[in-house]
Amino acid sequence: MSVRPPSTSPPGAAAPDWDRIANSEEFKHLLAIKRLFIVPAFVFFLIYYFLFPVLIGFAPKFMSTPVIGAFTLAYAFAFSQFFVGWIIAWFYLRASAKFDLLAGDILARVADQKGEK
Amino acid sequence: MSVSVAVFLAFVLATLGITYWAAKRSRGASAYFAAGRKITAWQNGFAVAGDFMSAASFLGVIGLIALQGFDGFFYSVGGFVAFVTILLLVAEPLRNAGRFTMGDLLAYRLQPRPVRAMATLSTLATIIFYLLAQMVGAGALVTLLFAGSGISFKMGVIGVGTLMMLYVVFGGMLATTWVQIIKAVMLMACTIATTLLVLAHFHFQPGQLFLAATNVSYHQGGRSLVTNFLRPGMHFRPPYGALDLVSLSCALIFGTAGLPHILVKFYTVPDAVTARKSVVWTMGLIGSFYLMTSIIGVGASVLVGPDYIVTHGGTNMTALLLARALAGDTFLAIVSGVAFATILAVVAGLTIGASTSFAHDFWSNVIHRGAVRHPGEIVLVARLAAIAVGIIAIVLAIGLGPNSNAVILATMGMAVAASANFPVIALSIFWRRFNTAGAVSGMSVGLLASVGLILAGPSFTGIDPPGVAGAAHHLFRARPWFPLENPGIVSVPLGFLAAIIGTLLNREPSAEEKFSELVVRANTGLGAEKAALH
Repeated sequence: MSVRPPSTSPPGAAAPDWDRIANSEEFKHLLAIKRLFIVPAFVFFLIYYFLFPVLIGFAPKFMSTPVIGAFTLAYAFAFSQFFVGWIIAWFYLRASAKFDLLAGDILARVADQKGEK
Repeated sequence: MSVSVAVFLAFVLATLGITYWAAKRSRGASAYFAAGRKITAWQNGFAVAGDFMSAASFLGVIGLIALQGFDGFFYSVGGFVAFVTILLLVAEPLRNAGRFTMGDLLAYRLQPRPVRAMATLSTLATIIFYLLAQMVGAGALVTLLFAGSGISFKMGVIGVGTLMMLYVVFGGMLATTWVQIIKAVMLMACTIATTLLVLAHFHFQPGQLFLAATNVSYHQGGRSLVTNFLRPGMHFRPPYGALDLVSLSCALIFGTAGLPHILVKFYTVPDAVTARKSVVWTMGLIGSFYLMTSIIGVGASVLVGPDYIVTHGGTNMTALLLARALAGDTFLAIVSGVAFATILAVVAGLTIGASTSFAHDFWSNVIHRGAVRHPGEIVLVARLAAIAVGIIAIVLAIGLGPNSNAVILATMGMAVAASANFPVIALSIFWRRFNTAGAVSGMSVGLLASVGLILAGPSFTGIDPPGVAGAAHHLFRARPWFPLENPGIVSVPLGFLAAIIGTLLNREPSAEEKFSELVVRANTGLGAEKAALH
């Protein structure tokens, strides 16, 4: 394999009609349902995470409250960040199975149209 | 120390064997830079974890928890949640749109030469800071462990530097990946063992451990204190502690998604689906690792005690002191061996990240405008760049000396990545109007703001009380112009703002036209780089 300039299409194949794919209903649908998951998930993540430094920094007394035995609210909130991260990842894995199916349909359609030409 | 030397030598021999195997298989650029794109999801998950869990996290964070209580654990949380950003926003589009580097994503629809030149600069800046942190840590570890055996800080730094150059120059990304996988397995095993030993000490009742941490007695400034180590506020204190926490959070959760040596790992897998699964593997590993650091850190403050840690090597030696307290010299030796392996795997990842960017972004695409040249030339340039990076890191680390603060250096790397790299990566994927002027201004302002504010902040600027010894002096002797240790809260928004203003002041129709292509490719993988066939 030698050095070649970055290619935007597989070698030997005609370049896909990017604009047509981008404007197709299927692709718009894919982007829409992706956005529907990713935007709320990321915004929730940012709010939940930034609450942590804000509470620790501005309300250290409150966060020092023991919750289970000596275990403080600060530690409980910190631990919850890990579980929230894992839960978001799990939901994302589930949702992305749908994204992959839709993307697969779009790719199959592009391949079909190539064959017809 | 013979067990420690044995563990270390076994790791070195095994990894050099892998390097030899990888060197025989490695043919061509995609094999050298991206391991032929044939790494599987779990392998890449372990490798990214091995790339990310540095000596700073293993030795540093445990030490901080032991000495600063809850505030030290803050770094653990930030280190883990950063991967949510990578999972949701970065890993898949990056894998689909690029070939070898972060610069590929930016150059996709912008003018390649200016954005790649800037991307190389900020990649090298991020990596050099990070690399220095690791090298200084490695040297200090050698000095402390082999005290009295005649092995000096200098020899430790040179030894680690030489090994990392061997892995990267001969084995490329394939060898680096396997070094990181083995290290991740060793580090996880060692962390689980230490956690179990701490818990066993408290008859497997974590409540007892945490109860003991509520009154830890120690001395500070000649006074005897008893403190609850489960409460926040021992390190981040008024007037600026709260802001510093938010600022540090910005650097951690956005910086990780802009770390060039982490991003390159997503090119080593066959497709975006594998990249996504590998991030989830990484999150499982890093999450459980960082959760365990709380048990180990709290265990160290209870079982070893802050006073003993401070007089026996400080924060970086905490995990090792605890290992000896728990299970004697043999376990101490094993943990030391693992600590070395940890450092080696991270420095190898950093070196290949830097040399890939130099060879692919700068040499091939900035200097030679992406023209086809001799086969193998780009790999040769990358190998030479790896040697150069290694030598620069060795010389600078020896120049800085064992007393320089590894955590500050690592924070600088993270702040640069968050302020210079993350804004332009995000805008390039999600904003049609984004253009070359925006990318260049965003990266330059982010780089200057983060480095400038760190230099003007309390880490480098301050008035030293009389009696402070040479190396502990601040670099600039004045009142700090910027009150926070971490610049993120200012420099990340500045990076975004500069990128947006730069964009709005210019129009680049070609960049907007090519956005459709980038979006289709990023979201479907149409036209993405394939795995090698053989």
